[in-house]
Amino acid sequence: MADSSVAPAPSTSAASAPVTQRPAAAGGVPTLSVQNLGKRVNLPSGPLTILQGVDFEIARGERIAVVGASGSGKSTLLALMAGLDSPSDGRVELDGAPLSTLDEDGRARVRGEKVGFVFQSFQLLPSLTALENVMLPLELRGDADVEGPAREILGRVGLSERLDHYPRQLSGGEQQRVAIARAFVTRPSLLFADEPTGNLDTRTGEAIVELLFGLNADAGTTLVLVTHDDRLAARCDRILRLDAGRLVAA
Amino acid sequence: MSTAADSTGPSAGHPAGDASAAPRRGPRLLPLAWRQLRRDLAAGDIRILLAALMLAVIATTAVGFVTDRAGRALAIEANRLLGGDAVVRGDAPVDGAIRAAAESTPGLKVADTVEMPSMIRVGSGESARLRLGELRALGGDFPLRGQFRIRDGDGERNVDGGPAAGTLWLSRAGADQLDAKVGDVIGVGEAELRLAAVVLQEPDGAIDYFNVAPKVFLDADDLPATNLIQPGSRVGYRLVVAGEAAAVERFVKTARAELARGQRLETIQDARPEIRSALDRAGRFLGLAALISVLMAAIAVAMAARRHSERHLSGAAVMRCLGASQRTLAAIHIGELLLLGLIAGAIGVAVAFGLQWGIGLWLSEMLQVDIPPAGPLPALQGITVGLVVLMAFGAPPVLALRRVPALRVLRRDLDAGEPSAWIVAGTALAGLAGLLWWQAGSVQLGSVALGGIVLTVGALALLAMILIVLVRRARRRLRGSLRYGLANVSRRAGTSIAQVVSLGLGLMALLLLTFVHNDLLDRWRLQIGENAPNRFIVNVQPDQLDGVRRFIADEGLGEPVLFPMIRGRLVAHNGKPVTAETYAGEDRRTQRWADREMNLSMADGFGADNEIVAGRPWSAEGTAQPEISVEDGFAQMLGWKLGDRVTFDIAGEPFEATVTSLRKIEWESFRPNFFVVASPGALDGFSGSWITAVKVPPEQTRFTAKLIDLYPNLSVVDVDAILTQVRSIGDQVAMVVQVVFWFSIAAGVLVLLAAVSASQDERMREGGVMRALGASRRQLRLAQASEFGVIGLLSGLVAAIAASLLAGVVATRVFQLPWETNWLMIAAGAALGTTAALVAGLLATRKVLQVAPSVTLRELDN
Repeated sequence: MADSSVAPAPSTSAASAPVTQRPAAAGGVPTLSVQNLGKRVNLPSGPLTILQGVDFEIARGERIAVVGASGSGKSTLLALMAGLDSPSDGRVELDGAPLSTLDEDGRARVRGEKVGFVFQSFQLLPSLTALENVMLPLELRGDADVEGPAREILGRVGLSERLDHYPRQLSGGEQQRVAIARAFVTRPSLLFADEPTGNLDTRTGEAIVELLFGLNADAGTTLVLVTHDDRLAARCDRILRLDAGRLVAA
Repeated sequence: MSTAADSTGPSAGHPAGDASAAPRRGPRLLPLAWRQLRRDLAAGDIRILLAALMLAVIATTAVGFVTDRAGRALAIEANRLLGGDAVVRGDAPVDGAIRAAAESTPGLKVADTVEMPSMIRVGSGESARLRLGELRALGGDFPLRGQFRIRDGDGERNVDGGPAAGTLWLSRAGADQLDAKVGDVIGVGEAELRLAAVVLQEPDGAIDYFNVAPKVFLDADDLPATNLIQPGSRVGYRLVVAGEAAAVERFVKTARAELARGQRLETIQDARPEIRSALDRAGRFLGLAALISVLMAAIAVAMAARRHSERHLSGAAVMRCLGASQRTLAAIHIGELLLLGLIAGAIGVAVAFGLQWGIGLWLSEMLQVDIPPAGPLPALQGITVGLVVLMAFGAPPVLALRRVPALRVLRRDLDAGEPSAWIVAGTALAGLAGLLWWQAGSVQLGSVALGGIVLTVGALALLAMILIVLVRRARRRLRGSLRYGLANVSRRAGTSIAQVVSLGLGLMALLLLTFVHNDLLDRWRLQIGENAPNRFIVNVQPDQLDGVRRFIADEGLGEPVLFPMIRGRLVAHNGKPVTAETYAGEDRRTQRWADREMNLSMADGFGADNEIVAGRPWSAEGTAQPEISVEDGFAQMLGWKLGDRVTFDIAGEPFEATVTSLRKIEWESFRPNFFVVASPGALDGFSGSWITAVKVPPEQTRFTAKLIDLYPNLSVVDVDAILTQVRSIGDQVAMVVQVVFWFSIAAGVLVLLAAVSASQDERMREGGVMRALGASRRQLRLAQASEFGVIGLLSGLVAAIAASLLAGVVATRVFQLPWETNWLMIAAGAALGTTAALVAGLLATRKVLQVAPSVTLRELDN
């Protein structure tokens, strides 16, 4: 079901800020630093290099698009940047602290504190209501007040009336709004969006993009967006282009 | 298998009449099916299906093996059981035409035996040990068939004949209980004889499991010296014959025609019918109990088959694209299932064989007999049950695979469609009903069992549903991992109910068994009360009455009431002669009462444990006309009413009396009570013995020994010892039944594993999301633990509630015992359910912990 019937949340008006606007000069430590990053997997036919010699930095508040053909290594790069996977070579630093030297539980803690995610297929937990889905990352982090912020952010994405609905009772666009609310509720310093409109029709997709950029501008979050959509990429401050596991443009 | 589908292989779609096309053979399906099975087994997909099938086969086959072996043991024993080829039993010496026929038939050997209860004592004075046992006096060349196996100074051996005159033998149980050794002097009645050997196996008492009372064997010539045969003594006489078949047949024919009342003819065909029917009933019960685990395993099979089918959707679509016909697909998948069924059958039979071997050793030790090995039939039955379960519960979802559209290779959202719920339910129910009817041995019993199972499962499911709704409410009060775990329980409500019911059913059976077996006996003991007598003194002769009274009074046990016991046989009712045939339409019990001697007593009045419910107390004018008071249920059974005239034959003399009252007896009082009691003086002149009961405090350990020293002919029944024996037999029976119910719990765990396996993909994905959102391993584990802990807790609660209710009904309605909820058992049930589900669930979901959170992005790479 298209999401066009849902009115954009009031705060999305901020999305009208010029897309070419550069982030505030970082000056200090970059939010994310990727150094000589590589990833290989061993297959029965021999080792396969997915990512090789990738280097770049992302400043605080910057909006980055990662683009590339299918199989170019976009999602692997995203997984490594977000600490969802560990690299074969190189390192990733988040706010100056190395991510790749942490074990999985250590990385999970960092994700819980600093990172937000929006997935292509929403990835809501079907057994929890919209409100419970949004409360979950706060609860996992051990926050005392979880319901208030969750209600507030769901209000901002226009779902105050659907708090007790389960994901299966929501349209695709509504599910993605819940996912966006879940991503922002922890006030992450870094937000990763993985093809956020990939599973949505064009109109709904546009509404979701407005919402995402609007909330991002309000919160000053650093945004890393993986997309096939050139128009969406063009709204970002910078584009990282991958080809066969190598960074060809930054 | 491949032949049927060969003609419909991929080539079937080619235009007929294409002359250039060489004739093609269809695909060789069996190798395809085999290869697929090997892949699936290696990938682990199908292992739960295999485990569930194996469990069904093991449960059925193990029970089948054990009952088959017990039956074979009985069949072999039946040949030795009589100690001869035919036996006439009676409550008086077998004389007259039957003896004449036995002695005059050429080629026939004859022997007599006499049996009676007797106290057996070892040692004398302060150190004497006593037990109530059974005495067998062996005459002639008994046993005429079979041998005694004994142990004496020369070791173990088989011997012909019985003990020499002046000596006796003691059963192994007796020697153990009395701590008697070869060479000891044993007192039986007034005789004292030397113990010459311990009997390890009797030729005709091999499966007397429930009679673990000591047995003493002596030569018939030594019997008079015991002075045990007194008027009113319960004595059994047997005339045993053996010889050529024709001679035996002639004798049997004559004996059958000449049988007097109270006499019974037994040949090897009808030996021990009561054990045969008890064994049949036990076998049927265990078989039905095993079917509960088969049913649970079948649910696991259905779930696992569905999962298996889902995982093969894409592969089947590709095969359709490559030209496989529906029939080919069906044949490959059903072929795979059949191969799996045969493997499960083979492993299951092997495991069951090992199990029954262990149980056989234990039974053999317990029954003290050699148990012959089992035949192959139970193995075949087990494999058949496995295949029926597989086809009835596993085949429908797998067969649906053949309908997968080839377009699925492009559009993953297309599937094969669910098989019709009616077909699935119908096939499953038909399979289950078939198994039940087969196991129950009758459509009626099978239908009752089916109805019972459906009702129980329905009730448990309802209970589970209510509890799951409560869990849904409770989760709102929880946070994070706990909330997510509990949310999973209510989200997958259908599978949660299936898991709770499956695990709950086995637990319920186990709890019910424990309730009934432990609690009821304890409650009954409590009910009897502290002051109930615990020693019955039987066989008191008239000249011993004063002495016994004095002895009891001197022991400080008060003034005992002694009741006469006069043995009489019913001969007429309202002037019409009565025989067993008179009650031909009634049950066996009624017929036996009409045929056997019963104990008549006499009393001035009745104690508090007797309530007159119809008629009046004895008439004031004395006993000019003999009157009798009859127990209400007994009168109903024999069709007696107030005012009826009933005639008994007492030692050849008629005794007629009028029924003037009907009584209800409170048997729990544990005082001597009689179905038929005559008015004061009515039985004067008839000879009989007397009985009384006393409460002996535990510290008076020498009571029985001192009494028997004074009066060796008395029998003292120790109620405490009997209760201990009942409990020990109950323990052993419960142990066998428990083994079967543990199978049900294992099957319940398999249902849980199948449910976890069916949701494994979802769990992996959601685990990845939780990890991406910052959940630690510990938090993920906590979520899983809360989910399975709650499933287990619910199954334990459902089981405990249902078992308590059922036990309450059994206690109050069937046994008329007061009932209180046993909270400890409920807690134990909940703990057991929680532990089983936690261990199984956490093991099954450990992979979720290992999933890399990047799995949440995987879809992009693909």
